[in-house]
Amino acid sequence: MNDFYNVSAAPHIRSPITTKSIMQDVVIALIPASLFGIFNFGLRALLVILATVLSCVLTEYIYCRLMKKPVNPGDYSDVVTGLLLALNLPVDIPIWIAVLGGVFAILIVKMLFGGLGQNFMNPALAARVFLLISFPTKVASFALDKVTSPGIKDFLRDGALVLDGVSGATPLGQLKAGESVDLLKLFVGHVGGSIGETSTLALLIGAAYLLYRKVISLRIPLSYILSFGVFVLVFGGKGFDPNFILGQVLGGGLILGAFFMATDYVTSPATPKGQILFGIFLGIMTGLFRIVGNGVEGVSYAIILGNLLVPMIDNVTGPKTFGKERVKDGK
Amino acid sequence: MARLTFPGGIHTYDGKKLSKDKPISAILPKGDLVFPLSQHIGTPAKPLVAKGDTVLVGQKIAEASDGISAHVISSVSGTVKAIEKRLTPTGKMVESIVITNDGEYKKIEGFGQDRDYSKMSKSEIRQAVKEAGIVGLGGAGFPTHIKLTPKDENKIDYVIVNGAECEPYLTSDYRLMMEAGEIILGGLKILLRLFDKAEGIIAIEDINPDVIKKFQELTAKETNIKVKILKTKYPQGGERQLVYATTGRKLNSKKIPADLGCIVNNVGTVAAIYMAVAKSTPLTHRIVTVSGDAIAEPQNFYVPLGINFSEIIEAAKGFTAQPKKIIIGGPMMGTSVYTYDLPVTKTSSTLLAFIKDEAAVEESACIRCGKCHEHCPLNLLPIKLQMAAIHNEYEKFKKLDGMECCGCGCCSYVCPAKRSLTQSIVQTKQRILKENK
Repeated sequence: MNDFYNVSAAPHIRSPITTKSIMQDVVIALIPASLFGIFNFGLRALLVILATVLSCVLTEYIYCRLMKKPVNPGDYSDVVTGLLLALNLPVDIPIWIAVLGGVFAILIVKMLFGGLGQNFMNPALAARVFLLISFPTKVASFALDKVTSPGIKDFLRDGALVLDGVSGATPLGQLKAGESVDLLKLFVGHVGGSIGETSTLALLIGAAYLLYRKVISLRIPLSYILSFGVFVLVFGGKGFDPNFILGQVLGGGLILGAFFMATDYVTSPATPKGQILFGIFLGIMTGLFRIVGNGVEGVSYAIILGNLLVPMIDNVTGPKTFGKERVKDGK
Repeated sequence: MARLTFPGGIHTYDGKKLSKDKPISAILPKGDLVFPLSQHIGTPAKPLVAKGDTVLVGQKIAEASDGISAHVISSVSGTVKAIEKRLTPTGKMVESIVITNDGEYKKIEGFGQDRDYSKMSKSEIRQAVKEAGIVGLGGAGFPTHIKLTPKDENKIDYVIVNGAECEPYLTSDYRLMMEAGEIILGGLKILLRLFDKAEGIIAIEDINPDVIKKFQELTAKETNIKVKILKTKYPQGGERQLVYATTGRKLNSKKIPADLGCIVNNVGTVAAIYMAVAKSTPLTHRIVTVSGDAIAEPQNFYVPLGINFSEIIEAAKGFTAQPKKIIIGGPMMGTSVYTYDLPVTKTSSTLLAFIKDEAAVEESACIRCGKCHEHCPLNLLPIKLQMAAIHNEYEKFKKLDGMECCGCGCCSYVCPAKRSLTQSIVQTKQRILKENK
C-alpha cells in the first residue's frame, strides 16, 4: 500500500446543500416575481435588473481582486443582492442610480464589514434606503400608465419605452388617501409599485419553492404578516375592514420583504424563538411607519431596524440545552 | 402505535440497501490474531499469558483491571506469538496479545454448555457476563457487567434494547435482529431477571417493518416486554435520544441512564449476554458490516475478534476502485484510518470504503442559516461553540454548554458552508476534560 487513505475527524459525510445551492434556490424563487415585473412594467425592468445584478457581481469581483482576497467563489450571494435590489426599485429609475445602489450594497454594506455573513444589514435593503434618502423623487416614483393597458401587444410594442410614463398612486397611496383597492388586481400584481413587489401571486410561488426546499421557514414571514395585520386591525382606524387590511398586506413591499428579505439568514435571528420575536417586531414597526408615519411604505425601514436588533434578540433567546431544562417532573 | 422520536437530528442517504438483504456469513481467520488489551472504555486489561503459551478458544487471555475494565478472550486456539504494541482502529498503538492460529479451534472446558438461567442468581448472571468479557458492542465499549450493576437495582424501571441502527450503511444490527431475534429476546429476559421492577423495551426504527413484525410476534405472549416503534432519524440510536424517545426522560452529560431508571444495551450486546449466560459462550466473535461504494460485495460477516480487516475486505471480494477513505465505524461517528491493516476489536461494527471523500471540502464563511442549531439534537448553538473553540474561549464554550455535545456530527453534516463544527467542538471538549483532570 503506497497510498495512504484520507484521515479526518468524524463526520465523514456532508449534506449536498451548500451556500451556493441555497443562493441558487433564492435566485430561482425570485424568477416568477422578476418575470412578472418585466411583464407588468416592460422590458426596461429587465434593464434595471441587469444593471443592479451586474454592478453587484462586478463590485464584489473587483473588491476581492484589489484586496488580494480569494475572488468570490461564485456563491451567487451577489446575484441575490443585485436581484433583490432591482425588485425593490421603480422601473423608471435612472440606470446610473441603480448601478450606484448595487455598488453601495456590495462595497459599503457587505464587503467593508467583512463580506458574506458579516454584514449587519440586508445589503439590498440598505442600498434601497440609501437611494431613497439620496434621490427621493427618483426612487419613490412609480410608473402606472402602462399598467392600465397591459395587453401583450402593448408590451411588445412599447417594450422599454415605459419610461416616459406618468407617476401615479400605488395601492398603498390609494389606501392612505382613503380609497379602496381592487384586491384581485392586487393579488395578481397588476398595479403600480417597485418592479418585483406588485404580484403577491408570483412572490408566493417563489416563497412556496423556498419553503419546499427548506431554505426558509414560515416563522419570520408568518409572524411578520400576522402581527402587521393585527396592528392594522387595531390601530388602522378602520376597524375590521377586509379591503383595508388585505390591501395593506398585499400592497406595497410586505410580501416581498417578509418572504425574501426579512428571512435573509445573515441579518435575522438564528433561533426559532428569536425569529418569531423578530417577525413580530417587524410587523409592529411596519404598522407604525405605514399607519402613524407620514410615508406610505415602511417595510424597508422596519427590516433594517430589525436587522440592528438581531444581536440583542439572539442574546435574549439563547436556547435551553436538552437535558438541562429546569426540572419539572422531578426526574 | 405512535412513532416515537426526539428533537433535531438529520436524514441522510442511508446506504443500507447495499448490505441489508444478504445473510450473515462466517469467515475463518488465516493470519495471526491480534487482541488489544484496551478494547473498551476504562483501564486496559492485564495479560494472563506470556509469549510461547498455548491458548484455547474461549480462554481468558487478559484480565480486567480494577475499576472500569473488561476481560479479553481468545477467539482461536494456538500459541502466543508476542505481546507488543499494535495499531488499533482508534488510531492508537495499544499493547496487544498476538496469537498464531493452529487452525484446530480447541475449546476450553465447558465452552458452549447450556445453562438454565432461571436457576441462576443475580450475582451468577453478572459474573457470567463479566467472565465473557462483554462490552457495549454498539461502539461505546463500556464494560457491560458494570452497567448491569447500578447503585440501586430497584430503581430501574426500564431495560431498553437499542435496535435503532441509525448510522448510515450499517446493517449488522438489522441482520442480527432478523436472523437471531430469539437470542436477543432471551438476552432481554436474562436482563429482566436482574431488575425485578423493570419493564423490557425493544426499540426498533420504522424503516424496518420486517423486524418490527418479527419482534411483535416473538413478544406476543410476553406481558413484561414491549416493542416500541421509532421514527427513522439520525441519531436515534444515541443514548440520550433513545431514552427520551422511549421513556420521555431527559439525560445530560452528567447523568447515566441508570440515574433515570434505565438500562440501555445495543441488540448485539444483548445477544452476547444471552450467549454468555445461557450458552456459556464468551465474547469471541462479532458481526461486522463491510460496505461503501468501493467494496465489491458489501455484506455482513460473522468474524472472530482479532482477525485482520484485510481478510474481511478480501472476503467481500476486494475493492471495485481505489478507495480515498476508509472508516472503521459509521460515517457519522466512525474513525477514518490510513491503513486497514488493523485487528477487529469488540467495538468494530463496520468497515466502510469510499471512492470519494465527501469531507474533503473547503470551509467557507458562516451565513448564519441556523441549520446547525435546528438539527442539533441537544439544542446547542454549534456555530457559536465553534467560534469559542477557535478563539480558545473555554469559559464561553462551557457557558454555551459545549461540554454537553455528544459528537453526533449533525451540525457538520448540515452546514452549507461545510464548516467543521463537530470537529472543533469535540476537540475543544476533550481538551477541557483533559485540563480538568
